[in-house]
Amino acid sequence: MRRGGALLWLSVRTQAGPFTISIVGATLFAVMAVGGTVILGRITDQVIIPAFEEGGVSHRAVAIAAAAVMAASLLRIAGVVMRRYFGQMAQRRMQMLWFTRVTDRYLAVPLSWFDDRPTGQLLAHADADCERSTIAMQPLPFSIGVLVIIAVSMTLLAFVDPVLLAVAIGLFPGLALINKAYTKRVEGPAAATQARVGDVSAVAHESFEAALLVKTLGLENREVARLENKADQLRQERLIVGRLRAGFEPGLDALPSLGTIALLWLGAGRLASGAITTGELVQAMVLFGILAFPFRIVGFLLEELPRAVVANERVQEVLAAPERVIPTTTVALPDGPVDVVLDAVSFAHGPDTVVKEVSVRIAPGEVVALVGATGAGKSTLCSLIAHLIDPDSGSVLIGGVPILETDPVEFHRATALVFQESFLFSDTVRENLTMGDDIDDDVIFAALDIARARTFVERLPHGLDDELGERGVTLSGGQRQRLSLARALLRQPRVLVLDDATSAVDATVERAILDGLRHSVAATTVIVAHRISTIALADRVLMLDGGRITAEGTHRELLSQPTYAALVRAYEQAPQ
Amino acid sequence: MSYPDEDLGALEELDAIVDVLVDSAPPGSHDQERRHSIISDEEEALRDAGAIAVLRRGLAITPELRQGVTLTIALAAATALGKLAVPILIQQILDRGVYGANGYRPGFVAAACGGASVGIIVLYFISRATFLRLVRSAEASLLGLRVRTFRHIQQLSLADHVEQRRGALVARVTSDIETLAQFTEWGAVAWIVDTVLIITTIGVMFIYSPPLTAVVVAVFLPLLPALGYLQRRQLAAYDELRNAVGGTLSEVSELVTGAPLVLAYGLQRRTRRRLDKAIRTQYKAQMGAAKWFAIMFPLSDFFGALTLATVISVGALNGPAWGLNLGKLVAFVFLVNLLLAPIAELSEILDQTQTAIAGWRKILGVLATPIDVTEPENGATLPDGPLAVDFEGLRFSYRTGDEVLRGIDLHLTPGAYVAVVGETGSGKTTIAKLLCRLADPTMGTLRVGGTDLRLVAPESRRSAVRMVPQDGFLFDTTIAENVRVGAPETTDEEIRSAFESLGLGGWLEDVPGGLHAPVGERGTSLSVGERQLVALARAQLGNPGLLVLDEATSSVDPKTEQALTEALERLTTGRTVVNIAHRLSSAERADLVVVVDNGRVVETGTHAELVAAGGTYAALYSSWLGNTRVLSGD
Repeated sequence: MRRGGALLWLSVRTQAGPFTISIVGATLFAVMAVGGTVILGRITDQVIIPAFEEGGVSHRAVAIAAAAVMAASLLRIAGVVMRRYFGQMAQRRMQMLWFTRVTDRYLAVPLSWFDDRPTGQLLAHADADCERSTIAMQPLPFSIGVLVIIAVSMTLLAFVDPVLLAVAIGLFPGLALINKAYTKRVEGPAAATQARVGDVSAVAHESFEAALLVKTLGLENREVARLENKADQLRQERLIVGRLRAGFEPGLDALPSLGTIALLWLGAGRLASGAITTGELVQAMVLFGILAFPFRIVGFLLEELPRAVVANERVQEVLAAPERVIPTTTVALPDGPVDVVLDAVSFAHGPDTVVKEVSVRIAPGEVVALVGATGAGKSTLCSLIAHLIDPDSGSVLIGGVPILETDPVEFHRATALVFQESFLFSDTVRENLTMGDDIDDDVIFAALDIARARTFVERLPHGLDDELGERGVTLSGGQRQRLSLARALLRQPRVLVLDDATSAVDATVERAILDGLRHSVAATTVIVAHRISTIALADRVLMLDGGRITAEGTHRELLSQPTYAALVRAYEQAPQ
Repeated sequence: MSYPDEDLGALEELDAIVDVLVDSAPPGSHDQERRHSIISDEEEALRDAGAIAVLRRGLAITPELRQGVTLTIALAAATALGKLAVPILIQQILDRGVYGANGYRPGFVAAACGGASVGIIVLYFISRATFLRLVRSAEASLLGLRVRTFRHIQQLSLADHVEQRRGALVARVTSDIETLAQFTEWGAVAWIVDTVLIITTIGVMFIYSPPLTAVVVAVFLPLLPALGYLQRRQLAAYDELRNAVGGTLSEVSELVTGAPLVLAYGLQRRTRRRLDKAIRTQYKAQMGAAKWFAIMFPLSDFFGALTLATVISVGALNGPAWGLNLGKLVAFVFLVNLLLAPIAELSEILDQTQTAIAGWRKILGVLATPIDVTEPENGATLPDGPLAVDFEGLRFSYRTGDEVLRGIDLHLTPGAYVAVVGETGSGKTTIAKLLCRLADPTMGTLRVGGTDLRLVAPESRRSAVRMVPQDGFLFDTTIAENVRVGAPETTDEEIRSAFESLGLGGWLEDVPGGLHAPVGERGTSLSVGERQLVALARAQLGNPGLLVLDEATSSVDPKTEQALTEALERLTTGRTVVNIAHRLSSAERADLVVVVDNGRVVETGTHAELVAAGGTYAALYSSWLGNTRVLSGD
């Protein structure tokens, strides 16, 4: 609760302007809602009773009555519009602020931070958690309004008649308590319902994903039984909620009615004894109608607050993530071709040391192939060279400059890493290649040529301007990889790192790409290879095993080593 | 999204819907779904069908829901009576208990109040019981509908089970059913309760004073089109908001999944720019929706006040002449207030109704999608041992799209090892699907063991024809359970010996936990190759006469590769094998190589014959050879 208060106070303070307007609106509404009942009471005494019991009423009195009713309504409307619109504004601006902070942090964290965090969760932090951090802001102005309503109503009732006040004091706190008890009891089953919906969804997802297996093995009945089981659990959970609701919802209608009847019974006596007027009785009854629901709003605020706190805790966790180290002073890279040096580089992922004391120099313009079994550390080495991750010990130098001391912009211009997984955005082919930079079509097409992607891009209905992804064309894995490669090439990098970047391209095309690379790109190149043809392209082969370089030399030199020969044989068996 | 804060019911409801969406569907799937939703001809027809047609068809398919309608009406009547009790009581007490000819009558007041209280309590219990029965019947029918839809989806052709549609299919049995559940227990109830309440309130007014009722209706009436207009604007605004939220989500998603790229290419500034643009668009859309939302409730307030002012003016001036009295006019004031809530609620429920109808329409669309493969009654049984396979004039096309197989004639002798090769899209994978009867040929026949596959009993087919699919999907359970799947009575010993007979006993021992090791979601605790091994053991257990192999395209680490090769060797011995080959090394050892191109068989023969013939296969082979052997010193 205290953390909830702190979160709320922070939100209010940050969005003070719209929030103030919203609270003024809420107060105006509250005062005029109660004012409306006063007006109705006065109208009963001064218009309705004279009309029926005293033989008539003046047109002037009627006109004043009508005008008062309308005026109260217009003021209420002004209040509601202020409360809602500016309340939304405060909330949404706060949401935008959280969103910006979270995504800023996503852009600043080291890559390893993303490793163990599922995409869905990261999306939820930026979307649902930021929104939920602000949900308690919404009922806040109205809750303040409600407190005003209650205070003003009770004061009014006290002036009208102590007996009627007693009825109100007896009824409304009771109503609030019942409401609270209901919320508390329904909370567990409601959460369980959500969990059961998740179960059903998980079974359906797995089962549809296994469609081929289900069909070839005839598992339909088994799968249906599995789903039915989960769906039935959901149904039972829903029935529990339904039972609670069935008791509560009609009760929420019945209780205020019973209260009003009690008021009427006692009020009729007071009226007959002359203690109150008819108008005051009417006013009290309309007031009861207004008072019946606001208690739920306050309850709602109290209910949302813990949820907002929990969501905000997740947001704060993201905001507390460490930032990548940015060098304070930078050293410029030399012009022209550069070499790459790894000096006793080690890198651990969790408890496992993935790269151990690797030292190697790759000469300017040299092409080096990295080979080794899965988990030998090839990809990690690539990431280290590309500055995606930083070594725990040792250092990586490019053109003699430790990469930790390079200017990030200059470094990104000098190096390019192409991943096995091609990251393409739902955007045009051009945007995916240039990434927003202004680059000539000639340069783009030259890169597409080397990547053997020109033909299929030209065949697209709108060429470079075709949309990719969900809304646009779907490309094969090989085509996607070729575009990713072209993206790297058109930046004319001086260091090119290909991490299994042509794995989905078929063998003949890969060969053409690699030949093209060899002849038209002068970059210092590191290639992770799974195919003999890729290895054949290299000036030198480095074999990795358990995070160490266990052999290096040309392909022919290495063939005499039994472990290397075995590895190559496995590659020969590999699929096309 | 915004909540109508005046009405907690609607508020909780929206919240629940949001929860369902957040919990059950992966983010962004709504948009994806809109684009990839299963569109069959039937659904296309339904899409144009109005809400009434969907309701009629839906009720025909789920007759249990009709019982719910009766219960709901009973509930509505009880609720309306409870709510009308207070204004009527006010009128009675004022006119007969206080201002009547006999003045103040405490006995009458007490009796009337007592009677009304008892009535309200009785109605409370009736409402409670009816509501409970309504929930029971709705939940039972939704369970039935969910299971039926799920079964139907499982029976749909594999062409409907493509990856992009998976989210949509899951939504059919989760969020779509959830919106229907929300609707039957909230929306539909609100519709009927509110309608009954409006009608009965106007009815009571009419009894008190027909002319004043006419005045009320005349002043109130413009509220309905005004609300309708606002509602439409609000829905349009929400639609825009949903798109904006989708846009923001996809920007974040690209940042998160593309984090390595952002880092490697220094795209931070570009990404920040795009995120800012997306969130600003979303904020604008939120405020656009807030505008309509802000004036929705005041509109009812305004018309309510206008009606009240008119009723008071007209009632006070003309009331005595119309035979109205004090109590009745005061009751009118309360009755007008009673009208406001249901009208406002109805306009808010409209949105939910449209969502529910849309969900229902999608579910009905799935149920109307035809099942392509139907199993024969009293089907034939295939003999044990290796099976012959005959393709005769076989043609195949998916429901939409071009012909995939354009006339295949082939005879495969029992026990032959046949490699089918061809480029992606040549139709070779479709051949594998037809062999397992995942689809039926559109023309021609496919005989296995001399019997038309369509006439073979499903149990016999499933044990005699086994496919080892390339993706090696595993259920999130143990290795043993994954092998046992489809043959639940298999013992651990039989499973172990299946692994051993494939030479995989050693591998199994190396897995921590052995047979009972959990494989993780989709089997991801095992490597791709290891998942294949489990699939091979499963096939071995079935002892099929025809084995259909769909070779993996992804690379496997050398050690597993070796185990896989040996296990395959053993598994294929003594069976007819159709191998959809991605490695030409498999073709080299085949008894017969079938080269498929563009839906036709272009070459058949042994590896040596085809290489000598110098055709398509020879070209494929030399390219492969060039890539793998040229430098290995051979």
